[in-house]
Amino acid sequence: MTAITVDQAPAPRIGPARTLGNGLTLAWRNVMQLKHSPEKLIDVLMMPVVFLLLFLYVFGGVVAGSTHAYLQQLLPGLVAQMGMFASMGLGTSLCEDIRKGVFDRFRSLPIARSAPLIGAVIGDAVRFCVSMVTLVAFGSLLGFRFHTNPLSVLAAFGLAYALYFAVCWVSVLVGLVAPSPETVQGLGFIWAMPLTFGSSVLLANTGTMPGWLQAWVKVNPVTHLADATRALMVGGPIGDHAWYTLAWAVGIVVVTFPVAVWMYGRKV
Amino acid sequence: MEHVIRAEGLKKRFGDTQALAGVDILARRGTVLGVLGPNGAGKTTAVRTLATLIKPDEGRAEVCGFDVVKDAAQVRRVISLTGQYASVDEELTGVENLIMIARLVGHPRREARRRAQELIDRFGLSAAGGRAAKTYSGGMRRRLDLAAGLVNDPQVIYLDEPTTGLDPRARNAVWDTVRELVRDGATVLLTTQQLDEAEALADRILVFDHGRVVADGTSEELKEKVGGQTLAVRALDRDRVPEVVGVVARITGARPETDEDTGLVTAPLDDPAALSAVVRGLDEAGVVASDLALRRPSLDEVFLSLTGHHAETEGEKE
Repeated sequence: MTAITVDQAPAPRIGPARTLGNGLTLAWRNVMQLKHSPEKLIDVLMMPVVFLLLFLYVFGGVVAGSTHAYLQQLLPGLVAQMGMFASMGLGTSLCEDIRKGVFDRFRSLPIARSAPLIGAVIGDAVRFCVSMVTLVAFGSLLGFRFHTNPLSVLAAFGLAYALYFAVCWVSVLVGLVAPSPETVQGLGFIWAMPLTFGSSVLLANTGTMPGWLQAWVKVNPVTHLADATRALMVGGPIGDHAWYTLAWAVGIVVVTFPVAVWMYGRKV
Repeated sequence: MEHVIRAEGLKKRFGDTQALAGVDILARRGTVLGVLGPNGAGKTTAVRTLATLIKPDEGRAEVCGFDVVKDAAQVRRVISLTGQYASVDEELTGVENLIMIARLVGHPRREARRRAQELIDRFGLSAAGGRAAKTYSGGMRRRLDLAAGLVNDPQVIYLDEPTTGLDPRARNAVWDTVRELVRDGATVLLTTQQLDEAEALADRILVFDHGRVVADGTSEELKEKVGGQTLAVRALDRDRVPEVVGVVARITGARPETDEDTGLVTAPLDDPAALSAVVRGLDEAGVVASDLALRRPSLDEVFLSLTGHHAETEGEKE
C-alpha cells in the first residue's frame, strides 16, 4: 500500500482553546443569522410582554391586593421563567441545521466534535439578553423598580443566565433526539411547563399548594432561581437559593453535555 | 501510481438496508473518479464513509494514507465535502459563509476575510457576496458550496451529486470548475446519476448498484465490456434501404436491424477496419448515405446490460 507522504505526524488533539475558538466562530454564525433574520427574535420579544401583561392583570389583584405590588414579585419570577421558554428555540434550530446538512460540513472539517453544539449554546445568549432587556424595559414602563444595588441586580441576571445556559443543553438534547423541528417545540413545552409553573415564579408564597406539589416546587431549580432573583432585585433574605441554583446549573451541564456530544457523534 | 483513496471491502448496514455490501474503491491522485448509480445504490453512504461522517461496519479505507476511522482528524484536514443538498448556511451571506469556514479551519480574521473574498470572486459571486445565500439561485448556491469546499485547500474533494437539480448552463459551470480543480492537482470523487456527467468528467467510473460495484473502468472500457461497436447507416433515399441492408449484411456477416421509422440500419461490428469496406460497398451500389457512423453503446445501454435495469430506476432514497 503506497501511502502518500504528506504530514504523517499524528495531529495534535484539538485542545480546549481550539474548541472554544471554533465554538465562538460558530456562535458568531448564530448572531449573524439573527442579524439577517431579526424575525427569529419575535418570540423572545413578545413572550415577556405577553406574560407580563397576562399574569400581572389576571393574578395581580388576587395575589397581592394590587397589580403594582404584584409586579414587584412577578418580574423577578419572570426573569427565572423566560429563560426556560427562550431556550426551546435552540433545539428547534439545531434540529433544522442537522436536517439541512449544514452540520455535515462542520463534521467533515478538522474541528472539535463538540464545537457546533458549544457554538449554538453560546450564540443563544443573544436570545437570553433580548428577552431580559424586553422584560425589564416593559416592566419598568408598568412601574417595576429595582430596590437593591446594581451589583445584586447583575448577580441576579448572572444566576438566571447560569441556569439558562444549563437548560440550553437540555434543549440541545431534545433537538438531537427529535425527529423533526416541529416536535422539538412540542417536547419543549412538556418539560418547560412543570419546571416554570410548578415553581415559585408566579407566587412567592407556595404554602397553599398541596404537599406533593410543594415537594416538587422545593427541589425545582426554577424555584431556587426565582427566590434568588427576587431577593437580589427587590430585597429580602436570599438564603441558599443562589447556591442551589448554581449547583443545579452545574449538575445539569455535567450530565447533559457529554450525552449531547455523544449523541451528536452517533447521529448519522 | 499513487492512490489517494483506497477502500477495501466497505460494508455498512442501516436497519434492513445493506447500503454498502463490500465495496472497493481506488482513486489516483489528480484524477476524477466517477461513482455512477441510481438512488439508493450506496453512493452517498460511500462518500460519507470516506469523509469520516460514518464508520463502516466492515472493511477499511484510507485517504492520503490516513485511516478514515483511526485517523479521522487527519483525514478531515485533507478532504472537503460538498453534499448532495447544498450545505451552505442559507441565513448567512456568501462571504460570511466562507469567512466562517476559513475561521474554523484556523485562518486568522484578516486572512479569513481575504480568502473568502478571493473565492467569492473566483466563483463569479462578487455581486452577490453580501446577500444571504437563501436568495441565491440553485446554480449560485452550488458554486458557493464548491467555494466553501475549497477554503482549506483540500487534496481530495468529494462532490456528492453536484449538479442535481441544476439547469444545463449551471451544470456546465460546475463541470468547468471540476476540470479546473483537477488541473490544479486535486483528486475528485464525484457521484452522479447522470451517465453523460460521468462520461464527461470521470477518468474512471465505478458503477454502483445495491451497495456493490458492478463495473469498474474508463467509460470506453465499460462500453467495450458490453460489446464491440455498432455500425449505423442511413440511406439518403429511403427506397434504397434494402440495398443498404444487403451491403451491411455482406460485410459484417451479421443480420442488420432496420428501424422502420428512421430507416436506420444497424449491425454489430467487431472490426473497425470494416467501416471502409462498407463505404466502398455502398459506393459500388450507388447508394448515398446521409448518416454513416461507428458508435459505441451509450452508458445507459451499458448500465442496462450490467445491472439488468435502467439507470433511471427510482430506488430507496439514501
